[in-house]
Amino acid sequence: MFWREFMRQCVDIGIGSFGIVFIISLFMGGVTTLQIAYQLVSPIIPKATIAQIVRDTIILEFAPTLTCIVLAGVVGSKIASELGNMRVSEQIDAQEIMGINTKGYLIRPKIMAAMLMIPCLICIAGFLGVWGGQKVGELSGILSAEQYWQGLRSDFKPFNIFFALIKSFIFAFIIASVPSYYGYNVQGGALEIGKASTSAVVVTCILILFMDYLLAALLL
Amino acid sequence: MIELVNIKKGFGEKIILPDVSAVMETGKVNLIIGSSGSGKTVMMKCMVGLMPVDQGKVLYDGQDFTNMSDHEKKEIRQQIGMLFQGSALFDSMTVEENVMFPLHMFGKGTLRDKKKRVMECLERVQLKDAAKKFPAEISGGMKKRVGIARAIVLNPKYLFCDEPNSGLDPQTSLLIDKLIKELTLEYNITTVINTHDMNTVMESGDHIVYMYQGRKQWEGSNKDIIFSKDEKLNDFIFASDFLRDAKEMRQLEMFQESNWRDKLKKG
Repeated sequence: MFWREFMRQCVDIGIGSFGIVFIISLFMGGVTTLQIAYQLVSPIIPKATIAQIVRDTIILEFAPTLTCIVLAGVVGSKIASELGNMRVSEQIDAQEIMGINTKGYLIRPKIMAAMLMIPCLICIAGFLGVWGGQKVGELSGILSAEQYWQGLRSDFKPFNIFFALIKSFIFAFIIASVPSYYGYNVQGGALEIGKASTSAVVVTCILILFMDYLLAALLL
Repeated sequence: MIELVNIKKGFGEKIILPDVSAVMETGKVNLIIGSSGSGKTVMMKCMVGLMPVDQGKVLYDGQDFTNMSDHEKKEIRQQIGMLFQGSALFDSMTVEENVMFPLHMFGKGTLRDKKKRVMECLERVQLKDAAKKFPAEISGGMKKRVGIARAIVLNPKYLFCDEPNSGLDPQTSLLIDKLIKELTLEYNITTVINTHDMNTVMESGDHIVYMYQGRKQWEGSNKDIIFSKDEKLNDFIFASDFLRDAKEMRQLEMFQESNWRDKLKKG
């Protein structure tokens, strides 16, 4: 049953959030390319530099942090409202009476699924962001595909990928655990589920931003 | 048999159950009745361990449930079936999966055996045809029956029902009452029902505990209620003129019945 619940959560979190991650990643890369090109007006700076900045910005910040902020809304509110509804409609009580460890059965699969699927989504977001940047660069005539690839390959630091993955694991834990706490401890009715869901998303976002700062200060 | 020995439960300053002792008998439908806020839901939640008691003991066939380790409690809980007021069916599962759930968690045997048991239980509550439906696709009465099927799937020794008739029409209510009564006798279960429904009280109440302001005010059977002199109980049970008239008629009927019996005995 645990495995089944884990797989259900993987599908919910991974496949369920793919659409929004796909859209924001493409736009994130495209807009970053346009804005960097707008700011780099000097003729002595090579065009490939745009791609280099897009790559590092997306890998270091946009793919993990921005994606996780969005996922905090999408996944976090879903987790909080699902558990809150289960609490209010006595489904959690029903499981407890059966002798089931409800925290283990309901929350653990969510945290584990989030820690597996969110880093995958962030990797995809990174690739899509960089690809989106290339496409927008080409379509708007800012830089060619060759110039873009040249920029992507220059001064690449593999540690940046490692840093993004560390962030993604920590953010994934926050995205699943904070809403689980709020949802599991809901008391009252539909109004309280809504409040818990909002509080969960707000606290998750704040914690993500705080951890983002802390990790950047410690690891970079 | 479930015994409550000097149970005390409060929330902060407010004491809900000051000192309650009661016995829920095996093979009988035990009812806890009382007006809203009388403490009957808290009493049931203390019984099943959803709320810890402040003082006192809950004994399941002599075993002290309140002072058990989590592992021991788990064993007792697997012998408990509970029907919730809102049915508490799992929305993401079909009717069949809902009933299968306790078997998946604790049942032994092959998947075929488990499916067979699920179908037996669904047949028992006349819901075999709804097996593949989701809770959102069935009526309130059907949900209650699925809840009953889920509660009995592990052959429990103790069955708890929290307001099983709330939100149901009188005919469906009677059907649910009949089903619970039959299951109690069939499996010799200790059944505890928390209810406001007077039909349930009069039809199924083998043993009734009337709660008033957190205390046990009256105890007896559905037959005793007719002749009870307890004012608070009478105000609660026979609240309307119609019910008071019905009570007097029933008293008269029972009196005449006993007279006829006496006459027949005398020959």
